[in-house]
Amino acid sequence: MSRFALNGAVAMICALLLTAVSARADEFTKDDLKKWDTAFQSVMKEGEKLFHSGTLGKNSVSCDMCHPHASNTHPETYPKFQKQIGKVVGLRDMINWCIQNPQEGTPLLADDPRMFALEAYIHWERRGVKLEPGKH
Amino acid sequence: MNKGMDRRTFLKGAGALAAAAALPVGLVEVAWGKKPGETFTFAYISDAHITQISGPQFVKNFDKGLQKAVLEVNFMDPKPDFVVFGGDLAQLGKKEEIDHGLEILKDLTVPVKWVIGEHDYYLDLGKYWQEKVSPLHYSFDHKGVHFVVLNSILTHDDWTHKRWPTAEERMHQMARLDNPEGSPFMVKDEQLAWLKGDLAKVKKDTQLVVLSHSPLYKVFKPWNFWTDDAEKVQALLKPFQSVQVLHGHVHQVLYNQIGNISFNAFMATAWPWPYPVSYNQLPNKVPDMTVFMNRADPFKERDGTGWGKIDIAGNRGVAHHYELWENSSRTVRKESGKKQPADDTYQDPKKRITPQKHY
Repeated sequence: MSRFALNGAVAMICALLLTAVSARADEFTKDDLKKWDTAFQSVMKEGEKLFHSGTLGKNSVSCDMCHPHASNTHPETYPKFQKQIGKVVGLRDMINWCIQNPQEGTPLLADDPRMFALEAYIHWERRGVKLEPGKH
Repeated sequence: MNKGMDRRTFLKGAGALAAAAALPVGLVEVAWGKKPGETFTFAYISDAHITQISGPQFVKNFDKGLQKAVLEVNFMDPKPDFVVFGGDLAQLGKKEEIDHGLEILKDLTVPVKWVIGEHDYYLDLGKYWQEKVSPLHYSFDHKGVHFVVLNSILTHDDWTHKRWPTAEERMHQMARLDNPEGSPFMVKDEQLAWLKGDLAKVKKDTQLVVLSHSPLYKVFKPWNFWTDDAEKVQALLKPFQSVQVLHGHVHQVLYNQIGNISFNAFMATAWPWPYPVSYNQLPNKVPDMTVFMNRADPFKERDGTGWGKIDIAGNRGVAHHYELWENSSRTVRKESGKKQPADDTYQDPKKRITPQKHY
């Protein structure tokens, strides 16, 4: 190995080590936390807007008309056996059920950003309640 | 109605005359108590929230609720003396919504006493309601009972007149129940002065019935299950031996007793609301004595909705019958001499059923 090549290899190893030190997967700063919380809050706020908008369906009925502050949605109980459907379903199945029935609209795809936003808002309004999957 | 009787199926399968001749017991006025006294019955329909989508299109679900209540009240035998409409005929206060609601209600075969709700008011501040429907507050006497109708959904002048760029925006803001930009309901001093004058003419042993849209006590401010100057109204009602307040707005069975005043709320015909205990982020003052109605099944369009009828039984008390469309009917009585109202079936905690638990 030439001296030039050796120097290059050492420099590369040093660079890798430095990179590893500055971005270890299990380490993050207060600024990171703030950034991630801002990202969540922005999606949750979008969900709050959608939840109160009357635009998810076709008849202007909005989610909050039956669920003020997203109450009586019980996100902490999903997935659960939904007796009316006859099988275990997730919260998003019930969100889509409401969009299709009382709101007379078209269901959202599971990866639709609006679905994540709605879930973020519904869970936020239920924060602090213990998880009880399966509870009716 | 009685358990086991499916009225929807029954009405579907029977002709109107046959149905009227064989009404379930729950719809028939039943005498109760032993002391004599003039008895009469009136019906209570509330919170229809007729919603215009566009042009002649309205939300069918809410039309159907109001139509069903009208049909069933017309089947009452004997007929009620009148019907109280408890407010929120419209969703966004539009003339089209009020007109469409009146079109459905005109099929009632008995007179209507009208209470205004915030959804009828905040577009034009009650202008069309007064032209087309009723005054906003008034009183009347019926068979020895003094009735007072209040407009309890007023609020601060600044919020009403200065806060919003348009009347439509003001209406939209008030229509959102959980709105952090909302404003608390009030009766306000001018109406309180009128009430004081009106009650001055009434003997203190007269049965008093007060009709308002919001509860005239404080349950949960974030949803306006609340009247901000409720204590001032209660102070004017305090000298009377027996006072009954009936209200809408909360879309649920709710009852309370404060001193001599009983409070009873009725279901909407449009949709049910959760009890504030279901929102765990903020404290509430839901009265302990209320036995909740069952948690609503969203797959049954009319579950948790319905209408009511009230028996005024002279000096024996008042009985409230809740006609819940997808559940057994319920009766909550305030008998004279008893300190507070009680449900005929479920008041004893041991007799309550699992769906009455809300969380």
